[in-house]
Amino acid sequence: MTVAQEPTGLNFDCETGNYHTFCPISCVAWLYQKIEDSFFLVIGTKTCGYFLQNAMGVMIFAEPRYAMAELEEGDISAQLNDYEELKRLCLQIKRDRNPSVIVWIGTCTTEIIKMDLEGLAPKLEAEIGIPIVTARANGLDYAFTQGEDTVLAAMAHRCPSKVTSEAEKEERNAIQKLLTFGRKAEETAPTSEPKHPPLVLFGSLPDPVVTNLTLELKKQGVEVSGWLPAKRYTELPVIEEGYYVAGVNPFLSRTATTLMRRRKCKLIGAPFPIGPDGTRAWIEKICSVFGIEPQGLAEREAKIWESLEDYLQLIRGKSVFFMGDNLLEISLARFLIRCGMTVPEIGIPYMDKRYQAAELALLEKTCQEMGVSTPNIVEKPDNYNQLQRIKAIQPDLVITGMAHANPLEARGINTKWSVEFTFAQIHGFSNARDILELVTRPLRRNNSLKDLGWEKLVQEEATV
Amino acid sequence: MQAKKSGRIQPTGGRDSMKLAYWMYAGPAHIGTLRIASSFKNVHAIMHAPLGDDYFNVMRSMLERERDFTPVTASVVDRNVLARGSQEKVVDNITRKDREESPDLIVLTPTCTSSILQEDLQNFVDRAQLDARGDVLLADVNHYRVNELQAGDRTLQQIVQFYLEKARKKGDLPTEKTAKPSVNIIGISTLGFHNQHDCTELKRLMSDLGIEVNEVIPEGASVHNLKNLPQAWFNLVPYRELGLMTAQYLEQEFGMPCVDITPMGVVETARCIRKIQQLLNAQGAGVDYEEYIDHQTRHVSQAAWFSRSIDCQNLTGKKAVVFGDNTHAAAMTKILAREMGIHVVLAGTYCKYDADWFKAQVSEYCDEVLISDDNGAIGDAIARLEPAAIFGTQMERHIGKRLNIPCGVIAAPIHIQNFPIGYRPFLGYEGTNQVADLVYNSFTLGMEDHLLEIFGGHDTKEVITKGMSADSDLNWTKEAQATLNQVPGFVRGKVKRNTEKFARERGLSEISLEVFYAAKEAVGA
Ligand code: SF4
Ligand code: SF4
Repeated sequence: MTVAQEPTGLNFDCETGNYHTFCPISCVAWLYQKIEDSFFLVIGTKTCGYFLQNAMGVMIFAEPRYAMAELEEGDISAQLNDYEELKRLCLQIKRDRNPSVIVWIGTCTTEIIKMDLEGLAPKLEAEIGIPIVTARANGLDYAFTQGEDTVLAAMAHRCPSKVTSEAEKEERNAIQKLLTFGRKAEETAPTSEPKHPPLVLFGSLPDPVVTNLTLELKKQGVEVSGWLPAKRYTELPVIEEGYYVAGVNPFLSRTATTLMRRRKCKLIGAPFPIGPDGTRAWIEKICSVFGIEPQGLAEREAKIWESLEDYLQLIRGKSVFFMGDNLLEISLARFLIRCGMTVPEIGIPYMDKRYQAAELALLEKTCQEMGVSTPNIVEKPDNYNQLQRIKAIQPDLVITGMAHANPLEARGINTKWSVEFTFAQIHGFSNARDILELVTRPLRRNNSLKDLGWEKLVQEEATV
Repeated sequence: MQAKKSGRIQPTGGRDSMKLAYWMYAGPAHIGTLRIASSFKNVHAIMHAPLGDDYFNVMRSMLERERDFTPVTASVVDRNVLARGSQEKVVDNITRKDREESPDLIVLTPTCTSSILQEDLQNFVDRAQLDARGDVLLADVNHYRVNELQAGDRTLQQIVQFYLEKARKKGDLPTEKTAKPSVNIIGISTLGFHNQHDCTELKRLMSDLGIEVNEVIPEGASVHNLKNLPQAWFNLVPYRELGLMTAQYLEQEFGMPCVDITPMGVVETARCIRKIQQLLNAQGAGVDYEEYIDHQTRHVSQAAWFSRSIDCQNLTGKKAVVFGDNTHAAAMTKILAREMGIHVVLAGTYCKYDADWFKAQVSEYCDEVLISDDNGAIGDAIARLEPAAIFGTQMERHIGKRLNIPCGVIAAPIHIQNFPIGYRPFLGYEGTNQVADLVYNSFTLGMEDHLLEIFGGHDTKEVITKGMSADSDLNWTKEAQATLNQVPGFVRGKVKRNTEKFARERGLSEISLEVFYAAKEAVGA
């Protein structure tokens, strides 16, 4: 394993407070789109269903490829047979949608009533002839984006360990086809035999970003043999013992552990490819593991920074406070500090210091190089306490969950929704601009409104 | 007190089984409780819930564009709680909030998830009450049996009863009526469908009628003022879903009469006002509102004139489907049928628990009644009936989009579009104008849509089957599809559905050019 040692110069707190974040089952909202031949079945209560319908703004309008198995009193009180009930629903899904895989998303309720999803799935899978993957993305144990982690960790078990037939090889080569689309063959033809052991990347990203990161690595002579997840369940990458794996998202520690322990892969612990600094560090780390001397990365990074200058002017010297929501906080804070901002506090729902070790080290180094003090990292923050701190510090920008944005804005504090960073394309060199587009929007908006004198829109002395 | 070890709850007789759900017309019970608690001023709610359940705060903050922090905190249920129970944590959270923000009242509620734990929350509340300066109350709701609407109704009644009994005990309950006729408006709440605008309109109406507004609850109300409720001459419950239990309680305990006629539409608004007149005169007021009703109907409201105008004449006999909560679906059905001469082919409600009332209200105004909370059933009915317009919820609007049928939204579940910045009440005389606009625009935009399509104005989404559920087993060959695409847009949907029906009846799985033409000849598709 190449995970770096835990950095020591950072200050960690755990408030174990009352904080707001989304339920991890929200991951179905992006995973069902990513994995095109999948069907996600969330097994829970009305509360779970109403969450998906409302808070995520994903109206389950068009009968997309996910649904709720709504548990009723009969299920909870064990009067009914779970197996028969789930079989009935899955057969209906098979008939109506015929997906390549059904992903069961466990919830708090299935945890509390101890419904044995892992035990039921293999039996039912054999009976109805559709793979069933089980992920316990419940809100008892996880926050928001960690839902993706539970699903990918479950899928990691399903990656084939050998390519059997030629036809299958062809199918699994889809990523290569994706790259060749519209290009001359020789430009993208796989450099016959890669000069390094196979590398699989994990983390769900929109297809253009997948292509982009794959090409960045290819430029350095690194072949990506597959992504977990792939566009289709039937195209899950082959994973054999000794393969190298690297994550692109900071919230995938269980997936990383599963790949290392269960599939005997070697994890490349790198900072995450967010921001030009992170992207460069990520590529460099992967190259270094394969003994490749990266070419032109410094110039590449410098060029990107140059192109960001108009945005940087808006934020240099300003402060940003992360209330904590989606576990992207460390990477974003590190990038924004490199942009010239200061970060008094990073709230984060869950801090895996091992999986995020390289990112934390880069954060610390960035603070040193930029000559700013290191942020306080507060795990499981208490929102009420945070609001008192925000009131005292008066940061220029607060990145926060949706529940607090409007009230903070009404008190004259600029905000940006953390969830936007979850859904925007923020990875890689060229998307750095999109991050800053989001970060600077409230500042630019308020610049254009500032002459109106409307900063405070609550009447009483604002009690933040 | 130890938490019961996680496990299944005792059978309580419920035998409903797991079902596949894509959409919910009403939220879970705790949402109703939270809507009531957070509507009041200076009331805080504590949810006994897993971390991911505190999305109510997001809904309120985002949909209502609320400027204040939503007064709801989750006392988080996690692995620790599962292992050791949550008494300490819940009591801590209640007393902490009591110290931090000095709310008048803290309402504790489980969610349907945490209620499976069967912890003795009443006990926690009693413990917390020892230290708290404000009042502490456990929302007395069966989280598996009732939905958002029923729970909201119950919670409001519970809070009202709590404060009236408290005042009575202290001998602090003013019972003499106000000097002038007065009303309590019951059921205005946060995240209610156009509630804020309706409330403004109702206050205006009451003021026109010379009636003082004694209290509006729960929105913006203080629990300290609840003891004044019995001073009003009568209660007005504009929405059937929220407030009836409170009104019934006030009637039983204090003999207060209640008006539960929703003043929506010209006819029902008049009926509501006449009922008010009757109640006031029974108490010796001697009012006569006939002239007011007549004046409003004929000169102020544009809706009555609209009904007589040539625009509306063109709508005569057009087919419409209505679906929503009891209040709005029933009122809309009556407006369309009685005031505009529109043919309501189906009226439906998702308030299954109150179905009898709905049937009694609408049966004489429509061909068919549908009581269901399954969006698939409604979608199929709409596809089968092919109305010229739908009046429903956001879900039916979406169904309409897929089937190319215009839809005006008349009922919750709420959506950001139901919090317009401009003034858009559904109730009272201004409401009649809004509804008339909605009806007119729905039908005519539908026609405009067709015109645009004839001229290739905008992209068209294909509807695959007659039903909305995914049971399409038919393949269109490329040639047949191409020919279909040449059919003008405004009849394309119908041609497609008829062709598929033709193919299905003959057990064909593929629609080739031959099948397409055969169908055309057979059914004139
Ligand atoms: S926190 Fe638990 S109960 Fe709540 S929505 Fe998430 S999985 Fe469902
Ligand atoms: S352009 Fe007119 S007809 Fe077309 S969708 Fe918009 S409003 Fe409807």
